[in-house]
Amino acid sequence: MTNPDICVIGGGPAGLEAAIVARELGAQVLIIDDNPVLGGQLIKQTHKFFGSKEHYCGVRGINIARILTQKVSELKIETINPATVIGYYDDDSIGVLQQDRLFAIKAKRYIFATGATENMLAFENSDLPGVYGAGAVQTLMNVYGVIPGKRALVVGSGNIGLIVSYQLLQAGVEVAGIVEILDKVGGYYVHAAKIKRAGVPIYLRHTIVEARGKEAVESALITQVDDNFKPIKGTEKIIECDIILIAIGLSPLCDLLYQAGCRIQYIPELGGNVPVHNEDMMTSRPHIFVCGDLASIEEASTAMLEGRIAGANAFQAIFGKNDKAKAIIEEAKSELATIRNSPFEQRIIKGKTKFKQG
Amino acid sequence: MKGYISEHPILKFERGRKVKFYFEDKELEGYEGQPIAAALHASGIKVLRYSERYNRPRGFFCAVGKCSSCLMEVDGRPNVMVCMEPLKEGMRVYRQKGKGKLK
Repeated sequence: MTNPDICVIGGGPAGLEAAIVARELGAQVLIIDDNPVLGGQLIKQTHKFFGSKEHYCGVRGINIARILTQKVSELKIETINPATVIGYYDDDSIGVLQQDRLFAIKAKRYIFATGATENMLAFENSDLPGVYGAGAVQTLMNVYGVIPGKRALVVGSGNIGLIVSYQLLQAGVEVAGIVEILDKVGGYYVHAAKIKRAGVPIYLRHTIVEARGKEAVESALITQVDDNFKPIKGTEKIIECDIILIAIGLSPLCDLLYQAGCRIQYIPELGGNVPVHNEDMMTSRPHIFVCGDLASIEEASTAMLEGRIAGANAFQAIFGKNDKAKAIIEEAKSELATIRNSPFEQRIIKGKTKFKQG
Repeated sequence: MKGYISEHPILKFERGRKVKFYFEDKELEGYEGQPIAAALHASGIKVLRYSERYNRPRGFFCAVGKCSSCLMEVDGRPNVMVCMEPLKEGMRVYRQKGKGKLK
């Protein structure tokens, strides 16, 4: 294995765009991903993305994954997958585990695009089989074509909760309801409207208190909450269901960056503990860049734009300033600004400025 | 096969060939190359292991090799993440109790 100029860890929308841009500019790039197919979570997204005018607006996630994977193979970008990066070492090399083989790779620059993991919610019997991450159910039904259950209860009405509910209906699964602790739906109106048209109840100001069942979920107990989010006695309701989907948000996967000595800061607007980074997606360690959900929990469109910025900057960091790279960065930054200018995305702008004060 | 989505408005599923495997010595069918957990779920098996301290049933949870909820014993090897491990003909899969035993 020859050591690459740039090693991209994570082959989702952010990592693939970063790799493609860096390769097109002329760098030798290696992608490491832990799945048998590239595309990250796009491979289970059947809905059309809003995106930006230039990038994949109106294209289904599964097709964006195909386009990006095709580009990676056309550009002959080297890929190691399924494999896991298990550590970052003092000499700035990484350990890669591929099946039963462990080896080291040392790149001139790293771009981490490890994504995020689903948040868990604590309630009685929350460890009962049948309580699944919403993304897990998406994988089960949209990637593997398995019927996930007969009747589902979804906890959380953000975009993931709403989209997965709609996808459950498409797969022929009944959706008993969506539980939302706030007094309004968290996700986009277009997604919520689809759910309401399908007749799925959305229980606002409600939460789940218990999963019931012997060895697997048979029902759920939900309750209304007061202004302090405490359960109101006497409002309990039993919902018959065999799967409970937890869709309450994601947390960036920054374990390797802790190890690499990158500064990590807690910024709730960005999804919790995130690696400190500047507008050029560079972390506190100048040879390490980040992009996508690892840098801030958003969505694929913004992840891809951040990937482009990270890829072009990592290239310039090795090969010096370059007009083409500069143009890519400027274009991506301006598109990001347009997307984040929407009232829904203000929190991201707010979150990203917190680094400067920290 | 039962347990699988046969018609979908958007998706077409490409599946491997049908293979036999064993869960707790019982013969089951699945598609080659799909994660073991997907084959088990389609067969209606939700309990994949029992927890270390309180012996509580554990099932599928994250589907992407992150959470360790689905560790099972596969062909004598404990702690196999079955949500990631591809199914092969004749595999013998057992529910893991606690940490499992190295043989």
